[in-house]
Amino acid sequence: MSSHARTNLRNGLLFCLPWLLGLTVFLIYPLCAAFYYSLCDYSVLLPPVFIGLDNYLDLAKDPLFWRSLGNTAYFATGSVSLGLLVSLSLALLLNSKVKGVGLYRTIFFLPSLMPVVAGSILWMWMYNGQSGLINTALRALGINGPAWLADPNWAKPAIVIMAVWGAGNAVVVYLAGLQDVPVSLYEAALIDGAGFFQRLFHVTLPMISPVIYFNVVLSIISGFQAFTQAFIMTGSTGAPERSTLFYVLNLYNVGFQDLRMGYASAMAWVLFVLILLVTFVATKLSQRFVTYDR
Amino acid sequence: MKGRPVRALHPRAGAATLFGAVALSLSALTATSGCATSTNEQSPRHITYWEKWTGFEGEAMDAVIDDFNAKEIAHAKADPKYAPIEVEKVTVSKIEQKLLIAIAGGNPPDLAGNYSFCVAAYADNGALTDLGPLLAKSGFDRSRYIEHYMRLGEYRGKTWALPLVPASTALLINTRLFREAGLDPTRPPTTIEELDAYAEKLTKWEVTLPSGQKQIQAGYLPEVPASHKRLLQAGFLPGEPAWFLYGWGDFFGGRLIDGPDAISAADPANVRAFEWVASYSRKFGAEVIKRFRSGFGNSSSPQSAFLSGKVAMTLQGVWMHNYIEKYAPGLQWSAAPFPYPAGHPELAGASHAEADVLMIPKGSSHPEEAFAFMQYASTQPVLEKLCLAQQKFTPLSSVSEDFWLLHPNPYIRLFRELGMSKNAVAIPQTGIWNEYKREMDNAIDLVQTLKQPPALALAEVQTKMQAALDRNRKILARREAK
Repeated sequence: MSSHARTNLRNGLLFCLPWLLGLTVFLIYPLCAAFYYSLCDYSVLLPPVFIGLDNYLDLAKDPLFWRSLGNTAYFATGSVSLGLLVSLSLALLLNSKVKGVGLYRTIFFLPSLMPVVAGSILWMWMYNGQSGLINTALRALGINGPAWLADPNWAKPAIVIMAVWGAGNAVVVYLAGLQDVPVSLYEAALIDGAGFFQRLFHVTLPMISPVIYFNVVLSIISGFQAFTQAFIMTGSTGAPERSTLFYVLNLYNVGFQDLRMGYASAMAWVLFVLILLVTFVATKLSQRFVTYDR
Repeated sequence: MKGRPVRALHPRAGAATLFGAVALSLSALTATSGCATSTNEQSPRHITYWEKWTGFEGEAMDAVIDDFNAKEIAHAKADPKYAPIEVEKVTVSKIEQKLLIAIAGGNPPDLAGNYSFCVAAYADNGALTDLGPLLAKSGFDRSRYIEHYMRLGEYRGKTWALPLVPASTALLINTRLFREAGLDPTRPPTTIEELDAYAEKLTKWEVTLPSGQKQIQAGYLPEVPASHKRLLQAGFLPGEPAWFLYGWGDFFGGRLIDGPDAISAADPANVRAFEWVASYSRKFGAEVIKRFRSGFGNSSSPQSAFLSGKVAMTLQGVWMHNYIEKYAPGLQWSAAPFPYPAGHPELAGASHAEADVLMIPKGSSHPEEAFAFMQYASTQPVLEKLCLAQQKFTPLSSVSEDFWLLHPNPYIRLFRELGMSKNAVAIPQTGIWNEYKREMDNAIDLVQTLKQPPALALAEVQTKMQAALDRNRKILARREAK
């Protein structure tokens, strides 16, 4: 290595150092530590006691683990698919050249600026079975709305709807993608006589497929990590009837309320591997329809 | 102030030098100012105290701390060799969790005001200082305290916490609604059966008659279909407030644990209690209750069930007087012991009786000083001042006449008697309480919505929690073996 290359390497490493340090201290170390604790009985207060795979074996037999996993899968599937549909449609609408589109864009982006806690409290009032805005509106239409958060059949859909309401970030990313689609492609398609849906499916969607992939992966990850909404709106038991006991909420209960941090670490690792797997599968599937070349 | 001069920094000099210089000058600043304010030769012994209350309860504690600090300074002035103790209060939300994290991190406060139900889990995890030796040295007399509240700080044969401000629950009734229903408000129900009968009379619906006219009718009206009646007022709802759902068995003679190693969720008395809870869901209709309750506001708001007059009788705590004054000053109410099952006078006077407690976390850097403050706070005049300002009764067995005279709550003596009752019940002292409570909450949810029969729901809790308790015991044994 020449002295120039060595200087370059040194400088490069020095510039990377803050990030590398951060990654090691705040990510790699906690990840490894959590894995070690997942093999221990650990209450945080007393030194960990190594127990091998016991925590993982107990997890497999724990009905709450499976219940919370099911709830989370439901939420993730619902919020990812509905979120994709709604935010993409919104982005398409907001991409049209109408008067005051800037205002509309701002309005649809606003909800995502609201902190989840504040948003959750707002939605608790909206979902109030007796006097909530939603049921009042439904009553005006002659529909007797459900008790929403108090009804085990409706609590999860209610939280999915709320998640979709905050899809402003995704809309902005889609919009950026849409504006990047070369106009010449649309012109060519128009000359060939393509209608709206043909343009949508053969020009727009393939051109923004990397953006869709990006958004879907992000929302899968955040879907699996759902916690705040349920914690605020339905409490840490995941009421009613544990219909909103999400995986991370269960993990929080076990780790921070029951002080079974070893067990909670095992849950965290299972979640980590699950998200890794789902993201991997999504990436594999996406290779079929995501086009990067222009 | 004469800080260390900061030398001109070469542009390439590291940030560390700058930080170091700033830190040094800051420490010089605090050192000099410390000398300036204290005339005493001894620097004060500073202890931190974590408090959970804000608002008027927090201010009540501030007054106690200020008095203590002033007394210490006076002591130091009189005796130059005495280093005064200085207590600093830090208010912390969710203290039961954050305190544990601070203890685990090795940086706990010297003293903490926590809830009595935390004692067992904290003690199981070695998070507390055993007060035994300190108490013995101070010549502590446990009979100064009401036995029930003293026991809340004891677990597995050791004393981990001292009661500070106690609470108990009673039946609160809306006397105006009693009179409207033709009931005598000076004769509140004494048995559960009487409570049920009163509750029926105090329940009101708006009924839509076949003619389309609307009429107000009392009772449960089973013959009127749900679509033709709207609940206006409930005599009693076991699910309102939702705080003590796990504890309905306490009024039927049931207990949640049988000693430290056995769960007794499926105790027949608990099953009877849950059946009684379910009976209300059948009388009103589970769906009706759900809808009715969803219209209520937070328990500490004018829209809460009892304060808004939507529920005529409720199980509530000594703190309710303050809420009434604040949110529903015109409410006409009275309090009585919660009823017992007919034919079981031995179960009379049951009450949920918990307390705020003072504990010294493990790793406290000034346990002796923290204990000195605990001792001060446990003297009768100080404790009475605190409990009076917090509008509760005191945990001590002796009470001054002034305390009763000054107390704003007209039923304060009743609440204290309930706290002293042999049927006063606290949350079970077990390290798995959080888990147990979640299971009980879920079970009662299923029972109230009539999705599961009480015996089955409780049997499931019994199996799960016994397994959890066994697991906990195994963990404790394994730790001890280490």
